[in-house]
Amino acid sequence: MKDAFGLPQSLLVLGGTSEIALATARRLIARRTRTVWLAGRPSPALEEAAGQLRGLGADVHTVAFDALDPTSHEAVLGKVFAEGDVDMVLLAFGLLGDQARDERDPQAAVRVAQTNYTGAVSAGLVCARSLQAQGHGSLVVLSSVAGERARRANFIYGSSKAGLDAFAQGLGDALHGTGVHVMVVRPGFVRTRMTAGLPESPLATTPEAVAAAVELGLRRRSETVWVPGALRVVMSALRHLPRAVFRRLPV
Amino acid sequence: MSADTDSTPHVTGLDHTTVTGWGRTAPSGARLIRPRTYEEAAAAVRDCGARGGIPRGLGRAYGDAAQNAGGAVLDMTGLDRVHAIDADGGIVLCDAGVSLHRLMEVLLPLGWFVPVTPGTRYVTVGGAIGADIHGKNHHVSGSFSRHVLSLELLTADGEIRTLVPGTPLFDATAGGMGLTGVILTATIRLQPVETAMMSVDTERVADLDDLMARLAATDHRYRYSVAWIDLLARGAATGRAVLTRGDHAPLDALPARARRDPLSFRTLRLPSAPAVLPEGLLSRTTVGLFNELWYRKAPRARSGQLQRISAFFHPLDGVPHWNRVYGRGGFVQYQFVVGHGQEDTLRRVVRRISGRRCPSFLAVLKRFGESDPGWLSFPVPGWTLALDIPAGLPGLGAFLDELDEEVAAADGRVYLAKDARLRPELLAAMYPRLDDFRALRAELDPRGVFVSDLARRLDL
Repeated sequence: MKDAFGLPQSLLVLGGTSEIALATARRLIARRTRTVWLAGRPSPALEEAAGQLRGLGADVHTVAFDALDPTSHEAVLGKVFAEGDVDMVLLAFGLLGDQARDERDPQAAVRVAQTNYTGAVSAGLVCARSLQAQGHGSLVVLSSVAGERARRANFIYGSSKAGLDAFAQGLGDALHGTGVHVMVVRPGFVRTRMTAGLPESPLATTPEAVAAAVELGLRRRSETVWVPGALRVVMSALRHLPRAVFRRLPV
Repeated sequence: MSADTDSTPHVTGLDHTTVTGWGRTAPSGARLIRPRTYEEAAAAVRDCGARGGIPRGLGRAYGDAAQNAGGAVLDMTGLDRVHAIDADGGIVLCDAGVSLHRLMEVLLPLGWFVPVTPGTRYVTVGGAIGADIHGKNHHVSGSFSRHVLSLELLTADGEIRTLVPGTPLFDATAGGMGLTGVILTATIRLQPVETAMMSVDTERVADLDDLMARLAATDHRYRYSVAWIDLLARGAATGRAVLTRGDHAPLDALPARARRDPLSFRTLRLPSAPAVLPEGLLSRTTVGLFNELWYRKAPRARSGQLQRISAFFHPLDGVPHWNRVYGRGGFVQYQFVVGHGQEDTLRRVVRRISGRRCPSFLAVLKRFGESDPGWLSFPVPGWTLALDIPAGLPGLGAFLDELDEEVAAADGRVYLAKDARLRPELLAAMYPRLDDFRALRAELDPRGVFVSDLARRLDL
């Protein structure tokens, strides 16, 4: 069960090697989390992540999960929920892709869209049903500021996150009043492996800062969290810029 | 119920309602059932499904004790009949859903008062036994369950058992947080009174040591005793307090006019707190001002002041939904007890709270009497401190964890009826009879029919 501060005792991470997810898991283990399920494609990296969290004192299990195989989600995630209540699901898997290559290779672009959007729709709905049956829990969805307004430089990724973001907001409204809390997290540029080598955007942040924002959002039962918080204002302004101006911005 | 529940239609097909405790933190969804007869209660227990059920009274437990995520919550306020009153012997038999407010309305004109009342009269008899509540008279009268002569308990097998004190199931049920079954009725021994007024002595106390000395020296002279303590005061004033103690006023203490109708029960009801209030209404500044005023307005020393029962015991009941002043984020109440001889721990905790500047305007210190027989009953002889803190205060969770460590190290405990955040690992150290409680539940309720969010969180 969550406590008065929204801190979960059990955590299911979808995308178990995500640096943001692992920073969040470390932070929550330091407080109340005792059981962690890391779901992801089987890999040495997934096992290594599990080992690190075990070192912090948590009981960690890994689960073979593939966002690109939605037909398997029900069975895979159903097994996790059958083991006991899951107080928090962190939907953290995602693919940044390579905009230039993806524009030339539609199949690669579709993979980005299928991972970030359709994979999340499937996994999100499966988890939502189980959370609702248990009558409590938080579904935390890692979206991105890139979904707030698609940019020339990464609109394939951005459009997939826009779809995910809209889906998660709607799901949150659908689950309002069931005891289940859906929180959409919109980080800006986060310094991780995924963004290594990319030119850094203004207001760049770290996985640890996102984790801290998630913990705060859980306590406040927030529906939307921007990281850093200033992005909320910045994106609100950018969103209303005329297309002709937005197109010319060096972002 | 309307204060803490929110029924919203949703697309999901399950008929769930969001339920929280009085602190309005950690909401969870459950099927709310309101039985009107014992048969309906038995049917509800039989049909409550895989995620079990838990009885709920008026929702005054601060944390998640009367919530059951995904399962059934039995609203017992529909079972609210007073069956029989022995007006000579001072005994009442009533349903568990009867509130202490209702009992006072019925019993005071007959010259009787409830044996124990907490800081609100809007609790049910069932809740009073389930949490084994205490009041300002604990040092004289013990907890509520000490005055229960018998009770009827609907257990997981669908049977109704009559329990008397001194038996294991009674002692597990007193303070058992509703996890042994649903209390249907109780027979309670009452306190005789001549009037519906209280005779109250008030003292302003300069600091914590002075306060503890006065409580230890003279508490035995009073039936009721409690100290409001200013946890924002620092330095030499740390722990300054207003001590109020008293007893039921005898008839001859009343002025002549009041003597004509000495037993009429009068209460004051102000308008409700608004449903939506801004976060951060209770800041260090506003609470500091409030505390300063409260301390200054109290007389340095006054004795024999006549007060209404509602003003002496239940000042906050005058403002319905006062819990809303903490805003949407809600609040936690932290109440712990440490035994005699552990005064240093109490001093340290008070210093830490005031050093941290927690905006807490409703802190009370009380000296407990003997322990009560309930296996999970809270009181032990010693000192109990209770304070309200906005849940949104940064770092509060970790800070309270540190206080828990101090309390546990001093063989103290926190109160389950208030708890919403205890680290489960500390529970067994705080409640030595926890294993007996678990064993009894495992035998009585092998399928785990009775379960609550509190039980899940702490593995009760």
